[in-house]
Amino acid sequence: MGSRASTLLREEEIEEIKKETGFSHSQITRLYSRFTSLDKGENGTLSREDFQRIPELAINPLGDRIINAFFTEGEDQVNFRGFMRTLAHFRPIEDNEKNKNAASTEPLNSRANKLLFAFQLYDLDRDDKISRDELLQVLRMMVGVNISDEQLGSIADRTIQEADTNGDNSISFSEFTKVLEKVDVEQKMSIRFLH
Amino acid sequence: MRRESRKRGGRKRERKRKKYVRREEERQRERERGKERERGKERDRERKGERRGERETGERRRERREEERKKEEEEEREKGEKERAKEREKKREKKREEERREGEKNGRREGEERQKAREKGKIENREGWRERRKRQGEKESETEREGERERKRGLYKVYISFVEVGPANVQTADYFKGVASFLIVSVGGTLVGLVFAVILGFITRFTKKVRIIEPLFVFLLVYLAYLTAELFSLSAILSMTFCGIGANKYVEANISQKSRTTVKYTMKTLASIAETIIFIFLGISAVDKSKWAWDTGLVSCTLVFILIFRAVGVVGQTWVLNRFRLVPLDKIDQVVMSYGGLRGAVAFALVVLLDGKQVRAKDYFVATTIVVVFFTVMFQWLKVPRSTSRKPTINEEIHERAFDHILTAVEDIAGLQGYHHWRDKWEQFDKNYLSKLLLRKSVYRKSELWEAYQKINIRDAISVIDQGGNVLTSARLSLPSMASRASFPEFTNVTNYLRENGSGVCLDLQVIDNVPGAKVEEDMETHHVLAGNLYKPRRRYQSHYSRHFMPLGEKERQDREVFQRNMKYRMESSKSTRHKRHKKERSIKKRRGSDPKEESAEKPRRNVSWHDKEPVLVPVDSEDDKAEHSEKEDDEGITFVARKIETPKPRPKSVPSAVEGSSSPLASPPSRPPSVDVPLPWKGGVGSPPPCVSVEATKIIPVDLQQAWNQSISSLESISSPPAPPTAAADAVHPRVSALSRIGTPRPASYTPSSTSSAFFTTSSTQLVHGSFLFPEKSPKEEEEEESFHELQPLMSTLKPPPPPAAVPPPPPPPGSAHSQARRKNPRVFLRSLVSAPPAGSTEPRSRGPTQL
Repeated sequence: MGSRASTLLREEEIEEIKKETGFSHSQITRLYSRFTSLDKGENGTLSREDFQRIPELAINPLGDRIINAFFTEGEDQVNFRGFMRTLAHFRPIEDNEKNKNAASTEPLNSRANKLLFAFQLYDLDRDDKISRDELLQVLRMMVGVNISDEQLGSIADRTIQEADTNGDNSISFSEFTKVLEKVDVEQKMSIRFLH
Repeated sequence: MRRESRKRGGRKRERKRKKYVRREEERQRERERGKERERGKERDRERKGERRGERETGERRRERREEERKKEEEEEREKGEKERAKEREKKREKKREEERREGEKNGRREGEERQKAREKGKIENREGWRERRKRQGEKESETEREGERERKRGLYKVYISFVEVGPANVQTADYFKGVASFLIVSVGGTLVGLVFAVILGFITRFTKKVRIIEPLFVFLLVYLAYLTAELFSLSAILSMTFCGIGANKYVEANISQKSRTTVKYTMKTLASIAETIIFIFLGISAVDKSKWAWDTGLVSCTLVFILIFRAVGVVGQTWVLNRFRLVPLDKIDQVVMSYGGLRGAVAFALVVLLDGKQVRAKDYFVATTIVVVFFTVMFQWLKVPRSTSRKPTINEEIHERAFDHILTAVEDIAGLQGYHHWRDKWEQFDKNYLSKLLLRKSVYRKSELWEAYQKINIRDAISVIDQGGNVLTSARLSLPSMASRASFPEFTNVTNYLRENGSGVCLDLQVIDNVPGAKVEEDMETHHVLAGNLYKPRRRYQSHYSRHFMPLGEKERQDREVFQRNMKYRMESSKSTRHKRHKKERSIKKRRGSDPKEESAEKPRRNVSWHDKEPVLVPVDSEDDKAEHSEKEDDEGITFVARKIETPKPRPKSVPSAVEGSSSPLASPPSRPPSVDVPLPWKGGVGSPPPCVSVEATKIIPVDLQQAWNQSISSLESISSPPAPPTAAADAVHPRVSALSRIGTPRPASYTPSSTSSAFFTTSSTQLVHGSFLFPEKSPKEEEEEESFHELQPLMSTLKPPPPPAAVPPPPPPPGSAHSQARRKNPRVFLRSLVSAPPAGSTEPRSRGPTQL
C-alpha cells in the first residue's frame, strides 16, 4: 500500500506539501496512503461521503463539522493538498519552529491557526462571530440528551456572557482567543503524527 | 560505583594477606569445627567487650575461609568434580550452621547482660550462613535461585549480594545474573501481589453483610502478600504495592464508604508514624557520632556526583522520551526530575541496613547519606510553580471538550489509531471477566457517571452548608413561595433530580437550591451539568470495538446518541442543499424546542440514558410481551424498557436489589414500571450476555461498516427529493435504516427483525423524526403501538404515582398537558431516586414537594 501510494505521489508534490505544511516526507507518504484508502471513487479527491464512511466519525459528536472543515466553501471535493493543509493544523509545534517561523508567514499549526480552525467549526455562517445559535448547535451536538433545551440555552447564554466583552451577544475570534488564553491550545490541538 | 571500587581495593589487599595466612586459616577452621561451642561463648564474651574488633577479625576469618573455598571450588570445577564439590559444600554448610546454632543456644544460657550481644551474634551467624549459601548460589546454577531469593529489595539487594560475595569474586557472568535475579525478584513479587489482589477483590465481594471486617481484609491480605513474597524471597515491597494497585478498583467498589474511610485514614496514620520514626532515627543518628565517620572527600564528592549522574540520566532519558512525546519535557521538568529523587528516608534506611562487617566503610556511607538527605531536604532552592487548581471556565470547558472531539475526529481521518490498542484489550478483558469476577454485582453495573454525580452531590452539600448553614432552615420556610424557580427553572429542576439521585444529603440541598441569588451554585450546576453530559471523546473514553460484544455503558449510550444524531443530520443535509444546511438545522431546532411531543420523547430518553443498559436489553424481551408493553408502556421509552425486562426476570431477583437500593419495599410491581426499571441494569446484564447488536455495533465494526455505509450512502444518494418536512424526511430515510438493521440482524442468531427495530426504538436519540424513522420496517404492529403510546400517555402517568409507597405521589399530570416538562419530571425524579439513593426512600416526600411546585 505504502509503496503504491508513494509512487503515485510525485516528488515535487511532496516537496511542495512539505514546504506548505511542514510534514515530513514519510508522514506525507503515510497520509497519502490513508488518503487513497479513503478515496473510494479513486479519483484523487475525497468527497463528503468518503469521509462519512469512516466509522468512528459517525460516533463523533462533531464528526460532520470536522468533515466540513476539510472542504472549502462551495467545494464538494478535497484533494490531497487540501487534505494535508487541514491536517497540518494539528501538527504539534516543534521547538525549532517557534523561532524559525517567526519572521516568515505563520505556519498552519500555529496557535492562532489552531484556534481559528476550532473557531470556524462553530462559526457556520462565517461572519467571524459565534452567535448564540451557533453555539447552541455545537452544544447540542456535544451534550447528551440529558440536558434539556432550556438548560442548554442557559449554558449557552452563560458561555457567551462569560466570553463576550463588547456586548454584541456573540463571541468574536478575538474574544474566543482571549477566553482560551490560559488553555494550552498548542498541546490540546496537536496530534502526534506517525513518522 | 565508587563505593564498589573502593571496596574492591580493600578486598584485593585482603586477598593478598589471605594467601599468606591460608594454612593458618586451615587450622583455624579445624579448630572451629571442634570447639564450636566454646567459640560461641567466647565470641559472645568478646563481642560484649570489643564488638567491633571482633567483628573485624571474625569477618576476615570468614572471608578468608570463603576465599579458600571458592578457590577450591574452582579447582574442583576444573577437574570436573563439580558435583562432589557441591555436596561437600552443602554438608559443610549444614554442619557449620548447626554448630553455630548450638553456639547460640549456649549463648542464650548466659546471663542477661549478654542479651544484646547474643542477638547480634545470631544475626551475624545467620548472615554468615546466608552469605555462604549465596556464594554457592552465585557459583552454582542449581542453587542460583536461593541466592536470588536473598536479594529482596531489587537492585539494592543485588548490590548487597555482590558485596557479600566479595568484589574479587564477582565475575562478568555474575553481573548478568544479578540483572536476571533482579528481574525475577521484581517480576515474581509483582505476580504474587497481583494474585493477592485478585483474592482480595474476590473476598471483598462477599462482605456485604459483615462490613466491619472489610478493612481487616484489606490490611491482612496485603500483609499476606508481603509475607508470601518474603517467604519466597521475592520483592515483598513490590508485591504489596501491586496488590494495592491491582485490587484498588475492585475493592474500592466493593467495600462500604465507611470501610474506605477507615482504610484510608489508618494507612495515612501509619504512614505518617513510620515517616516520623524514620526521621527521628535520622535526626538521632545525625547527632550520634558513634554511628558515622566523617570523610569530607567522600561526602562532597557524593553530593556532586549524585547531582551530576542523576542529571545525566534524566537528560539522556528525556531526550529519548522527547522523541516520542507529543509534549516534550522541557528544561524545567528535567531539572525537577534530576533534583528530586529517592534520597530521603529510604536511602537512609537502606544504608543503615548495610552490614557493617562486609561494608566496612558503612560508617562513612551513613555520614554521607545523612548529609545528602539533609542537603536535598533542606535546600529546596528550586522554585516549582504551584499547580494552579483553577476551575475551568465554562468556555474553557466547552471548547476544550470540542478540541478533544476535533482531535479524535482528525485522528480517525488521518487513520492514526491504535495507540491504545493494548489498553483497550485490557479494558475489555477487565470488563468481560475481571469485573464480573471481582465486583459485587450491584456495583459493576453501576455507571461511572452516576458515581461521579453522587460524589459531586455530597461535596456540594457540604460546600453549600458551609456557605450558609442557616440558609437551610430559611429556605425551608420560603418553600411555599418558590419565587426563585422562575429565574432558572429547568436548571434547578435538573439539579434537584440529580441530587435526589445522589444521596439523602441532596434532599435538603434541593430546597436550598431554590434560594434566590445563589449564583455560585448556578455556576456549580452549570459545571456539573456540563461535566456530566458533555460527550466524552474517544481518547478519554476508549471504546472497545468488538464484533460480538458491545460493552454496555455510558460510552455506548453516547455513541448511540451521537450516531443517531449524525445520521439524522446527514440525511437532512443530503436532502437540502449543502449550503443551506445550517439554516435548516436551526429551524428544526426551533421546532424541536416548541414541539411538546418532541419534548415528551426527549424525557423518556433521558431516563433511558441514565441506565444505559436498558436500551440494549430491550430487544430480547420485547417480543415476549409486546401486548403488555402496548398496554401500559409507552409513557416513554423508559417505561417501555423497564417493563420489558421486568416480566421475564424472576421477581425475587429484582426485589432484593431494589431493596438494597431503596428502603421502600416494592409494591404491586406491574403498576410501577419506573421502579422496576431500577434493578434492571445489572440484573438483566448479569444473567445473559447482552445481545447488543444495535445500529451502533454494525456501525462500528469496520468490515460491516463498509457494507453498511455503502448501502446507507447509496440509499442516501437515492433520496434526491427537495427539502421536505421532517416526517417526509424520516420516511425517506428509512431505507437506510432498514439496510443497517438488516445488516445487524444476521449476527446474533436469536435476532429477529422486530427486535432490531425495537432496539432502534429505544436506542435512538430523541428526534422528531424518530418515530417514523424506526418503525417503517416493523410497520403495523409498531405503528399501533406508537399510537397507543400517545393515547396511553395520560393513563400511564396516572399509573405511575402508585409506585412510591412511602413517597407522596406526584400529582397525576392532567391528561391534556401531560407533556409539559415540569409534570413529567415527577415520575422521573421518583424513578431516579429509587434507582440510586438508598436513603432517599424515606426522605423522598419532602424532596418531591418542591419539584412539583
